[in-house]
Amino acid sequence: MINDTLPIETAYDVQAIRRHFPALSREVKGKSLVYFDNAATTQKPQAVIDALVNYYSSYNANIHRGIHTLAEEATAAFESTRDAVQAFINAPSRDQIIFTSGCTEGINLVAQTWGRQNIQAGDEVIVSNMEHHSNIVPWYLVCQEKGASLKVIPIDENGELILDGFDEMLTERTKFVSVVHVSNALGTINPVKAIIEKAHKVGAKVLVDGAQSTVHMDVDVQDLDADFFVFSSHKVYGPTGVGALYGKRELLESMPPYQGGGEMIKEVYFNNITYNDLPYKFEAGTPNIADTIAFKAALEFTKGIGKEAIRQHENKLLAYATGALKEIPGLRIIGTAKNKISVISFVIENVHPQDLGILLDNRGIAVRTGHHCAQPLMDCYRIPGTTRASFAMYNTKEEVDALIAGLHKAVKLLV
Amino acid sequence: MQEQRTIEEIEQEIVEDFSLFDSWDDKYEYIIDLGKKLPPLEEQFKIDENKVRGCQSTVWLAADFRDGRIFYKADSDAVIVKGLISMLIRVLSGQTPDAIVTAKLNFINEIGMTSHLAQTRSNGLLAMVKQMKNYALAFKVKEAAENKM
Repeated sequence: MINDTLPIETAYDVQAIRRHFPALSREVKGKSLVYFDNAATTQKPQAVIDALVNYYSSYNANIHRGIHTLAEEATAAFESTRDAVQAFINAPSRDQIIFTSGCTEGINLVAQTWGRQNIQAGDEVIVSNMEHHSNIVPWYLVCQEKGASLKVIPIDENGELILDGFDEMLTERTKFVSVVHVSNALGTINPVKAIIEKAHKVGAKVLVDGAQSTVHMDVDVQDLDADFFVFSSHKVYGPTGVGALYGKRELLESMPPYQGGGEMIKEVYFNNITYNDLPYKFEAGTPNIADTIAFKAALEFTKGIGKEAIRQHENKLLAYATGALKEIPGLRIIGTAKNKISVISFVIENVHPQDLGILLDNRGIAVRTGHHCAQPLMDCYRIPGTTRASFAMYNTKEEVDALIAGLHKAVKLLV
Repeated sequence: MQEQRTIEEIEQEIVEDFSLFDSWDDKYEYIIDLGKKLPPLEEQFKIDENKVRGCQSTVWLAADFRDGRIFYKADSDAVIVKGLISMLIRVLSGQTPDAIVTAKLNFINEIGMTSHLAQTRSNGLLAMVKQMKNYALAFKVKEAAENKM
């Protein structure tokens, strides 16, 4: 069924891995697809697709309340994803894993519950200059409502956070720090453990946005001592529409519910409602059952290949591509932090990213162009946007070569 | 004065130009060339009111109404969009408001550039076509009001 055990290989066999991803074998504009938009979403392995099909074709049922066989099977599969997520980020217990629709909902949940309950006029919330809009807007909204202010950790020209600037910002007014683990636009790995330690000293709570980190790095929420951690399934080879929020128990228990509805209650009377225990208190309504079940298949698949092996492979691609890109005339890499995951953003003199994106697509190469939902970051570099290539477990050196050839050709046409 | 050809006639001419290309690379090379040749918009027109907002690239569009016909000027920071703009100007500039409002602009589809009008491209081209037609509508209303007076 879901269990697609992979052969244990001593060497990293990227061709064998590619065969698990049906979409990778398609053609685009008559050329073999080169998929370098992995930071936006990863392709899905057959095991994930099978898990989806298998649920809908053999045990589709609503979960938790039905006593029939299908409901029991669906509930067991759904809840086993919670165990898989717990293990994936080393959370202390399964009931501290709340299923969301993705990182955006996870951040909004914390902002609207913990945030609105605890942030007062005159308080301060800190984000960084490299946040995705989804980790800016929810905090902006709470700050606006409460009369609190939003502070921004500055970055340097390499795209690294200036921690001295952060130290100066931390005061007893600091209530919350919400910071991205890995920048989607730059690839920078932020020192979140140090940030959390500093924030805790002034009594602030910290949310780590793991949208980009969880697929590339080992995440241990206990080691980080994160108060909250969010990530999305679809960036870890799983389906879209599901993600997870981890929170410390005492915080989750103290927070009011986010949305009201079925599942999140214990007893309902018109004059008195008691709420369900964790994690169900935050999971109102019928959840995204199919995608949540298939989410586990994605996590198991990734574990099966081995995160360390994947990271080594991706780092090799990053180093190779970084070297090769330097040969393109007029190209400047945006984001040159010492610690990066396999994301390369760049600009080329006198070339608009959109033109590059169109010409590369014409050669079957999928990259992302634009501001990457991080306009404040682009403003910081005084550029309207970049072209971004982001690598995953299945990308190859030959694909990087195709990108370089495509860029040479595009630059010749455009400049 | 040279007789103004119809929108359909000019569209047909563009479709014929494109039929000469057998590869996408050649089509794009041609469009990029058109984009590079389009005279840049004077700075005084590159103002916010003339901005047609796209997610990734910016388009500026200005229109002028003379002797019952509309004349467009436009620019973009992205050269492929500029090439497509150049063709739209070739087709629509100098036409009457009525003809512009009802123009189907099938040539975009026939030369294989429909995807550039898709929402996902977010390049402002779709918004630009709408804006060109809005100008035509506005001038049409203005003209009708003036005739009544």
